[in-house]
Amino acid sequence: MGILEISNLSLHINNKQILRDINLDIWRGHIHALVGTNGAGKSTLASAIMGLEGYKDITGKIFFNSELINALTIDQRARKGITFGWQEPARYEGISVSDYIGAGIQKNENNRAGIIEDALKKVALKPEDYLTRAVDETLSGGERKKIELAAIIAMNPPFIMLDEPDSGIDVATLDRMADAIKILKKKGTTVLLITHSLAVMRQADHAFLMCNGQIIEKNTADKIIPYFEQNCIPCDHKNKPDKRQVQEAMK
Amino acid sequence: MSADKNLASEITGSANIESDIFKQKDIAHLLIQHDKVVGKHAVEGLKIVTEKIPNGIQINLRLRKGTKIKKPVQMCFGMMPKTGIQRIKLNAVIEKNAHINVLAHCTFPNAENVKHLMDAVLTLEENASYKYYERHIHSDKGGVQVVPKAKIHVGKKARYITDFELLKGRVGLIDIDYETTCEEQSTLEMNARVNAYSDDIVKIREAGHLKGAHSRGVLLTRVAVRDQSKAEVYSELTASAPYARGHVDCKEIVQDNGIVSAVPVVKVNNPKAHITHEASLGSVDSKQLQTLMARGLSEEEATDKIIQGLLQ
Repeated sequence: MGILEISNLSLHINNKQILRDINLDIWRGHIHALVGTNGAGKSTLASAIMGLEGYKDITGKIFFNSELINALTIDQRARKGITFGWQEPARYEGISVSDYIGAGIQKNENNRAGIIEDALKKVALKPEDYLTRAVDETLSGGERKKIELAAIIAMNPPFIMLDEPDSGIDVATLDRMADAIKILKKKGTTVLLITHSLAVMRQADHAFLMCNGQIIEKNTADKIIPYFEQNCIPCDHKNKPDKRQVQEAMK
Repeated sequence: MSADKNLASEITGSANIESDIFKQKDIAHLLIQHDKVVGKHAVEGLKIVTEKIPNGIQINLRLRKGTKIKKPVQMCFGMMPKTGIQRIKLNAVIEKNAHINVLAHCTFPNAENVKHLMDAVLTLEENASYKYYERHIHSDKGGVQVVPKAKIHVGKKARYITDFELLKGRVGLIDIDYETTCEEQSTLEMNARVNAYSDDIVKIREAGHLKGAHSRGVLLTRVAVRDQSKAEVYSELTASAPYARGHVDCKEIVQDNGIVSAVPVVKVNNPKAHITHEASLGSVDSKQLQTLMARGLSEEEATDKIIQGLLQ
């Protein structure tokens, strides 16, 4: 049984169809990659799953733990156990890293400080250097991304979507970020990585290939990666591949 | 306990200040309840002379040349009755190379119809520094009118920093008017943070004139407006000397039926001077809001958190 199921999901924005008839199962405890070049619709699909403003008016159905969640608000979905890590996370004047990470921790949790420090260490940040800093413009893009991942780790939801988790991260700490994702998997967390990075795709067990707002193939990451590398990157949406052609090529 | 001590204890208690502070000999303080000085203590180099005036107190404060006061001077201006006028006239001179930090607590916890009028004239001589942190605690009835006016002269290489905070209780009406003139290589920083709701009215006028070469100035305002409250922020910064640098930064968050306006006025009269400004008015940023909601906070909780952060 999947943790998240999507059936016949379509989305129009300003009379333009952005997502087309998406059907998807996300498997509990596995790492998935939503793969495609820029503009394929990956982030839009994740935004629709999270119920973000402007992405709520879908047709089709989204089930989380077998419960229909179409009508739920963002925070209601989050409290069910879904969260989303933005490609470029928001910045906040006057909110400390400690306070920001702590926002997602259960209110009755007794070990808040320990969880926050542990989450920072998992993304290769020294708590003593960051706890009191503001989550504002003084952080570099890479630092902000790591703090976003730390906040998600501290929140510890069963299902996490991470949009381009490696963007803005320096090469030296990419491995630590990959380790953090592996730790999530070990804990049984289900992860959906939204990416066009081959390095990130390689962390996934399963992959969904998106093109022009459609899922054109679902397979193991091992099979999708070479196809994506050889066909999608040079093509960049110019051709509109038929699902059968893609499946044939995978064979 | 004497009547004065009782009054002093009342106002310091309402401002949440530990009364032990006022027993320490190395901490200067001045406690004024309505039109009465109920506590006063100066330290070496600091002279505080007070005089009763109609409905208030005239304060003459002078910090002797070269004096550096280590611990912040505690000032408390309070009105415990529900109604009345408190008029404070402050004349402060910080002499050459002298440094002082002041924590001013203005507390009107029971106010239903109270006016707090402040007229201040501050002079900072060469290389002096004056940091003034003003924290207001009001009742939740909105019956306070706070009208602080100040003219500040910041001498050569001197440093003036002020931070006005009104985050607890209803604003009522606040009408700030601060005007500062900066000489060569001096520094000015004026911050105001106000949280308004119900039918509160906030008027802030902050003006800085960077007249001296290499002078620096920052005017920073943060206002949150909810319900039917209104805020007008007028920030004026002029630079008329070479290498004068300044920045005006105004952020106002509006909720419900609140109304805000910001008028940043920047003037540069010298080709080698430079001033920047930024203003942001409107509702809570959607991405900030949705990010916190994706962590499980309700829209109200997320909005409060963002506003609290902005007003920090």
